[in-house]
Amino acid sequence: MARIEVPMPQMGESIAEGTVSKWLKSVGDTVERDEPILEISTDKVDAEIPSPQSGTLVEVRVQEGETVEVGTVVAFIDTEGGAPTLAAPAEVAEPAPATQPAVEESPAAVVEPTPQPVVLEPSEEAPASAPAEGGPQSAEDRLRTKSTPVVRRIAEEHGITIGDVPGTGHAGRVTKQDILGFIEGGAVAAPSAAAPTPPPPAPSMPVAAADTAAPSDLWSAFYGEVQHPEFPVRDGDQVEPMDKIRRLTAEHMVMAKRVAPHVHSFIEVDFSRVDQIRAANKPKWAEQGARVSYTAFVAWACSRLLRSYPNVNGTVSGNNIIHRGNVNIGMAVDLDPGLIVPVIHDTDDLSLVGIGKKIIDLAERARSRKLNPSDIQGATFSITNPGVLGTLVGLPVIPKGTSAILGTGAIEKRTVVVEDPATGTDAIAIRKRSLFSLGYDHRLVDGADAARFLAGLKALLEDFPEDA
Amino acid sequence: MSTPLYSSNSVELEVRELGLVPYREALEAQADLVARRRAGDIPDQLLLLEHPHVLTLGTGSNPDHVLVDSDGRDRLGLELFEVGRGGDVTYHGPGQLVGYPVLDLKPDRRDVTRYLRDLEAIVIAALAEYGVQGQTIEGLTGVWVADRKIAAIGVRVSSGWITSHGFALNVDSDLSYYETIVPCGIVDRSVTSLSRELDRHVEVAEVTSVVREAFALEFGRRIRVGGPTNEGSEGQL
Repeated sequence: MARIEVPMPQMGESIAEGTVSKWLKSVGDTVERDEPILEISTDKVDAEIPSPQSGTLVEVRVQEGETVEVGTVVAFIDTEGGAPTLAAPAEVAEPAPATQPAVEESPAAVVEPTPQPVVLEPSEEAPASAPAEGGPQSAEDRLRTKSTPVVRRIAEEHGITIGDVPGTGHAGRVTKQDILGFIEGGAVAAPSAAAPTPPPPAPSMPVAAADTAAPSDLWSAFYGEVQHPEFPVRDGDQVEPMDKIRRLTAEHMVMAKRVAPHVHSFIEVDFSRVDQIRAANKPKWAEQGARVSYTAFVAWACSRLLRSYPNVNGTVSGNNIIHRGNVNIGMAVDLDPGLIVPVIHDTDDLSLVGIGKKIIDLAERARSRKLNPSDIQGATFSITNPGVLGTLVGLPVIPKGTSAILGTGAIEKRTVVVEDPATGTDAIAIRKRSLFSLGYDHRLVDGADAARFLAGLKALLEDFPEDA
Repeated sequence: MSTPLYSSNSVELEVRELGLVPYREALEAQADLVARRRAGDIPDQLLLLEHPHVLTLGTGSNPDHVLVDSDGRDRLGLELFEVGRGGDVTYHGPGQLVGYPVLDLKPDRRDVTRYLRDLEAIVIAALAEYGVQGQTIEGLTGVWVADRKIAAIGVRVSSGWITSHGFALNVDSDLSYYETIVPCGIVDRSVTSLSRELDRHVEVAEVTSVVREAFALEFGRRIRVGGPTNEGSEGQL
């Protein structure tokens, strides 16, 4: 049988995966040896993948936009040029090495490479960085050639012999998930390779790395590439790749949570005074073409306070603390779908009306995708407003490079006990109130600092100045 | 099959300094040179040129990172191209030195990660000639001065390990054009140029020869001066 595999090639050291960006040939097309059949992309590099042999493209396994590990079979070429077997399951053809069940006793047997009928890359010879195939090799050598540099590095750092780790990847290769799972203590049961993506265990790299890794390795492991665990797809599910904003957000959030020890404190703020000022000034502001939202009041108050709280307006950087020279407040804007945080630069230089106008301008330009790069850079503190949709209170994630974020909850009428200033007696009143949460990085901001900041914010909002 | 004139092992590097070249012409020239290099008709190539104002979208591009609509682009005289190189959106324009190496990476350089690092090293070496300290930032391909991006890199590897596209170094660029994009999809860093770093006007032509030498040194190539890309180089020995 002359049905041969086209694998995702190893394009370079430390490149563990690639994205199929475009199929240049369709199932049924005849292809010449070395003729490009698809394009892949990795970070900053696009590459054409040529056909290893002349024949017919009979099966495409990976769709455009999908990202797969190096070595994953992306297509099959039939060198006898027979009729294409449309959507033929792999088992119909000669069993590919990947479909062999794992042998529990000797993991080495799983990765016994069959004589390679294909080239792994756009040329005839083996890559310069890998040992030549075919010479006398120990099982260990073969395993080594079958694992990615990432996996080899992790193995080295932990003093693990790759041969001891059961592999679930292509041809029994040890994947990053396999080795991380192995380190975590539970050997991963090798599933049948028919499952396209083995369910990986939750990675726990930083903790595991702490014992053996040198500080610089720990640093890169800790702050390095964000890896999202994969999960099996069930019948009826739909799978789509994350778009770039989603991916950046996902990575940012993982990093932010991983690095900063989050603490949240709450305070309830009475908006009666703010309401009075809004009601009294609305006509005047309307004449100036301005709208001053509750959020503008909150941003104004925060900007005036932050100068007195350098740690809240700062960040930990290495073994240093940076106290920011400006007060730049980031405002989370819901793009539905998506999230962006435009920045009001030098918020503390702006009047209340100025902040109100700036918020409207930034939110509108964010939604029409017309922000400039400078509009989303340099935040020193952030505000997010889950309350706008009725949420009582949130526990926001602190954007990396800053130390605190304020979440404002829904402003609702509540019954509260107040003291009648004339008689000194308690009474039940109806007041507009909102729960605020401050998320802060406990490396730099202590609970008492946060409490003082929140108390100051409450005082400022409840006794809001006339001339803001 | 005749023996190729220039094998993969050839140490010859034909450098073509082309001045201002419209983007589309440069794309076509590269496609042509890639095919001729693959066939061994020509030695390794290095095109050094400038483009008129243009935005290009790599395969990894998010259209949201183009911050001007078509009216705005018309007003600024900005063309938009989608191209088959890696990376996100970038800007090219006068004052920016663009380098397009068309190299055969066989037999000993078949590693795109290494190739990207080599291109970065060339730019850093060229900047060092001016006393500017360029650096790389892990995970963010390109060259940076502190956290300001001075050179963008995005490459393509065609069948047979032949490269195209390459690097773009801001020498004397009008950096305000970067306001129209989120460069390379990186939202929290700024851009710079050699002129800005040195606080004086630097000529692209002057930097071109520095980059040419740095390139030949890094790749161990012998420079030969070539003409326009539509001229065959076969008969010129």
